[in-house]
Amino acid sequence: MKSFAFHSPETVPDAFALLNDVSESKLLAGGMTLLPTIKQRLAEPAALIDLAKIPQLSEIAVDEDALVIGAMVRHVDVVTSALVRSKVPMLVHLASGIGDPAVRNRGTIGGSVANNDPSADYPAAVLALDAIIVTDRREIPASTFFTGLFETSLEPSEIITSIRFPIPSTAGYAKFKSPASRYAVVGVCVAKAGGSVRVAVTGSGPCVFRVPEMETALETSFEPAAIASIKIGAAGLNSDIHADAEYRAHLITVMAKKAVAAAIQGL
Amino acid sequence: MIINFTLNGRPRKMDVEPATLVSELLRETLNLTGTHVGCDTSQCGACTVLFNGDAVKSCTLLAPSLDGAALTTIEGLSATSGSNRLHPMQEAFHENHGLQCGFCTPGMVMTAVALATRNPVPTEAEIRHGLEGNLCRCTGYQNIVASIMAGAVAMNAPAIGE
Ligand SMILES: Cc1cc2nc3c(=O)[nH]c(=O)nc-3n(C[C@H](O)[C@H](O)[C@H](O)COP(=O)(O)OP(=O)(O)OC[C@H]3O[C@@H](n4cnc5c(N)ncnc54)[C@H](O)[C@@H]3O)c2cc1C
Ligand code: FES
Ligand code: FES
Repeated sequence: MKSFAFHSPETVPDAFALLNDVSESKLLAGGMTLLPTIKQRLAEPAALIDLAKIPQLSEIAVDEDALVIGAMVRHVDVVTSALVRSKVPMLVHLASGIGDPAVRNRGTIGGSVANNDPSADYPAAVLALDAIIVTDRREIPASTFFTGLFETSLEPSEIITSIRFPIPSTAGYAKFKSPASRYAVVGVCVAKAGGSVRVAVTGSGPCVFRVPEMETALETSFEPAAIASIKIGAAGLNSDIHADAEYRAHLITVMAKKAVAAAIQGL
Repeated sequence: MIINFTLNGRPRKMDVEPATLVSELLRETLNLTGTHVGCDTSQCGACTVLFNGDAVKSCTLLAPSLDGAALTTIEGLSATSGSNRLHPMQEAFHENHGLQCGFCTPGMVMTAVALATRNPVPTEAEIRHGLEGNLCRCTGYQNIVASIMAGAVAMNAPAIGE
């Protein structure tokens, strides 16, 4: 690795000041994506601003009708949180399927959402639950946050502080995973809030997207059978060694049905 | 930069270059070569160590992150029983033929210790799920799972009179 400076601010404003003042600096969460990227020399930051020593970013709380998960909350913290389990059990199931134990012990929700990997799990939940990405300066709705392949609407020195998930009536997540990395080949999150349903798909396109046709069908009847005959077009979907676009299109309906079944069971 | 941490139960103060991986620090500076580097890309788990009790991949952890933390490596396990005897999990791998070439073994044992500490009576399915980040090219995993079952029992058994 090329050498870099390392800073450990203890407040969000200090982190922002460093990020803004030190040129070529980057935020470090768990490093599960950033460190491999630096090792491959795809990134050569002059300084890393570590968020690990800002305690406020690791909190999980309920605020009115929302579950608020701090940016530095690790996947393992979500898996073991009684609060998350009681409010949005789907997130426990989703987090427990990310990578492997060592990845879950370091990887964070903020890092995952900021990175917006096309195969990451959390973006599907963020979009399906209509969550809000809270940063050091504003609140960004999920619908305008994920803008493309590894692209988000974050400004260059903007820091995610938490994700606000409105608590749904029920929600489910199902993924067809890569057997090696456990990343989603296709992952579908279905969330029902009162009479409205949102369906979000990850792993399939350049970035997470919704399926309005399935949402309308599920608003009429919240059953796997309601979407069984909905076929997704393969145009624009990813093709790679794991699956071609047509197979992915087929898997979206299969995983969406499983996600609805999981939501009905309250998983 | 100066970091203060606990290494295998002893306080350490070191001056490290920030762009140092914990796997490099252990193997190249501290001569603790029990921690193996297989892939160096966070896939294989051979480099697994305990960071504040959690199994993590030391090839994907920066030395500066150790500041204020407790690190346990495979060399530090036997010390927990107060002598040069093997840790119960190491003993279980020995008894159950849980290794062949042994390359993956330090990582397997560290992951197993973290697992059995949190879940004293793991099921076979829980062990297999818990080993998803540790690759073994030799054993086919069967004896590793058997070792961890036995090791978990031994780790959580009350010590018999010494
Ligand atoms: C072997 C392996 C398997 C994996 N499997 C899966 C999987 O199955 N599913 C899945 O979803 N993910 C998977 N991941 C990814 C993992 O979930 C991590 O959460 C993800 O890599 C982000 O890592 P991190 O949280 O450590 O962030 P880092 O790597 O530290 O940071 C990632 C990026 O986000 C930026 N960033 C971090 N925090 C913030 C913040 N608060 N505000 C703004 N920007 C920020 C950083 O500057 C960096 O650019 C896997 C990773 C590995 C190594
Ligand atoms: S060497 Fe660290 S995971 Fe393979
Ligand atoms: S014993 Fe050879 S890799 Fe596991």
